[in-house]
Amino acid sequence: MSDDIILLAHGSGGLLSQELVEQVFLPHLGRPAGALEDATEIALGPGRVVMTTDGYVVRPIAFPGGDIGKLAVCGTVNDLAMRGARPLYLTAAFIIEEGLPLVELDRIVASMAAAAAQAGVRVVAGDTKVVERGGVDRLFITTAGVGVVPEGVCISAAGARPGDVVLVSGAMGDHGLAIMTQREGLRFQSPLRSDCAPLNGLVADMLAAGGEAIHVLRDPTRGGLATALNELAAASEVSIAIDEDAVPVHDAVRVASELLGLDPLYVANEGKLIAIVAPEAAEAVLAAMRAHPLGAEAAAIGDVRAAERSRVVLRTPLGTHRLLDMLAGEQLPRIC
Amino acid sequence: MTDTAAHRDPAAFREPGAARALLDAIRRRAAARRRREPLRLMEFCGGHTHAIMRYGIREALAPDVRLLSGPGCPVCVTADADIDAAIAMASLPGVAVATFGDMVRVPGTRSSLQEARAAGADVHVVYSALDAMDLARRRPELKVVMLGIGFETTAPTVAAVLEAARAEGLGNLSVYSMHKLTPPAMRAILEAGEACLDGIIGPGHVTAITGWRAWEFLPAEYGLPCAVSGFEPLDMLYAIEQLVTAAVDGEPRVVNAYRRGVTAEGNRVAQALLGRVFEPANAEWRGLGVVPGSGLALRPAYAAHDARRLFELPAPAGGRTAEERGCRCGEVLRGAIEPPECPLFGRACTPAQPVGPCMVSGEGSCAAYYRYGGASRP
Repeated sequence: MSDDIILLAHGSGGLLSQELVEQVFLPHLGRPAGALEDATEIALGPGRVVMTTDGYVVRPIAFPGGDIGKLAVCGTVNDLAMRGARPLYLTAAFIIEEGLPLVELDRIVASMAAAAAQAGVRVVAGDTKVVERGGVDRLFITTAGVGVVPEGVCISAAGARPGDVVLVSGAMGDHGLAIMTQREGLRFQSPLRSDCAPLNGLVADMLAAGGEAIHVLRDPTRGGLATALNELAAASEVSIAIDEDAVPVHDAVRVASELLGLDPLYVANEGKLIAIVAPEAAEAVLAAMRAHPLGAEAAAIGDVRAAERSRVVLRTPLGTHRLLDMLAGEQLPRIC
Repeated sequence: MTDTAAHRDPAAFREPGAARALLDAIRRRAAARRRREPLRLMEFCGGHTHAIMRYGIREALAPDVRLLSGPGCPVCVTADADIDAAIAMASLPGVAVATFGDMVRVPGTRSSLQEARAAGADVHVVYSALDAMDLARRRPELKVVMLGIGFETTAPTVAAVLEAARAEGLGNLSVYSMHKLTPPAMRAILEAGEACLDGIIGPGHVTAITGWRAWEFLPAEYGLPCAVSGFEPLDMLYAIEQLVTAAVDGEPRVVNAYRRGVTAEGNRVAQALLGRVFEPANAEWRGLGVVPGSGLALRPAYAAHDARRLFELPAPAGGRTAEERGCRCGEVLRGAIEPPECPLFGRACTPAQPVGPCMVSGEGSCAAYYRYGGASRP
């Protein structure tokens, strides 16, 4: 397999397609008990069913801390987890540019399998298409996910109430900066790694500690913390006040951001979450976050206030205030 | 705090206690004046505008000191005609235009490089002129045009690439120079006389190249103090404190408030490099018009790499300049108005749909006001 590359025929539905399924997808993602059917039966326990889908087009397809396969699992798992759901099943559709080395595809599918195992979800259906050179940039993956929200959990972007405390699960900007420093033309050595990780385990621990006191969960992906907070403030019709000094940012990210003229609060994360929590439960939820490996650097960064106009206000280290706006425009390359 | 320690820990330049002490000193000195209206200081540099808004320094200084933005954002001062020329080059078959990121979003008279790229023009976003050189080496069949944009700070890197390209005979790399010099622009603003200034916050990075003596004409000819400042909040507050002191004492002078980066004579190596590759030329600035001797053109020895000589560009056909669409970037760049005074600000002109360049660049005054200045936003 070492010299083999993906050909248009791998997506034709013929013999080569079958080989790809048998030699790459099924060995990593698992073989169904019976025949390969056109659609898979799944069992869902009690609770409300939630569903989501997301396309992944990151360049480069492998980066420090992850690759497009891990990202395609974690991103969709995290979207389910942000509703308080237990993620159960994923589907994955691959659009591959002809010429992609088969070993690279194999590595990415293996990485998907590892991420799915970590998240405790199964990839139960898939599809492969191959397009001519230039049709896509190497490999695009679309995943869809299904999960179940337990009774009593009601988490929504519209759930923030005045007085609530805003928590983040760790340092901001790792994923976006790791990608930025890997991309063509930006060749500086750096210890930056993507934070890409499935957050459902962390959310389960938080729910155990905080239950209904957890009003909002959101993973600050594209647009970063600033954009996510603005979306939440608007959805909940409140203002959010953030203390800039309280927002965790790794030194390497801070330095790389300054070099590149970026603000880490606008840079994407793929393994972090924002939680907006009733004040009386904030301490317990924060402690539960810090006890989990993916929340070791969790911090309380601000609070929710009643307001006529939804906005996010940042208190600077000088004690002055400024607006923390949505990301406008986009200079960044494809990062997720 | 020694300079070395500060380099290791930039947080030292954001220390709240020291900031409060400087703010108090500024207020005390400003209050000692007989005149009651605020002192008017201009920050020339877009990097300063950004830092001022980001750290809420305007708010902290009101009402004693009013800060006005100057033309120190290279993207913002780029003329419509130059954007149109860049689009025209990128649309020629076999030609690729390489540019720093912000430029792709600046509207010309008809479209932006970003829109031209979506329509098929070959536009590459690069992070340095070296990337454009790599592109030219990798793709010998392409004529690569680097858009030379920036002040005394970025021009030397482009000059270095031009020297290297000539030495290795890299015939398919050229530069469309829009490089500009800052002292002539400062002079043009003062000659225009709209801004009524009490002092100038000198650009730190530019002055690291030129040396602070380049600003001696400000006290000598215009009676204005100038404090060259770094970009951390304490750098800026210290420079402002020095300016207020000089203005109140009526003793205009150039103060080097950025000693860890700036000397009297500047970076001689970079100056020599600039002199070998470029020569002064007239340049068109948005808002200021053609300012004599304020641009850098490639010397005749570099004619083979000079995109202005290599490409016959069609005359732009019938678009409307930003000014014709009601944009007041020109007045913002001259310090004549503040961004919220422009009727388009925050309404027809936003970072997502910019009309003028000051709303595009991260260093543009309008973008900084829009992004950080919640209260002033419609």
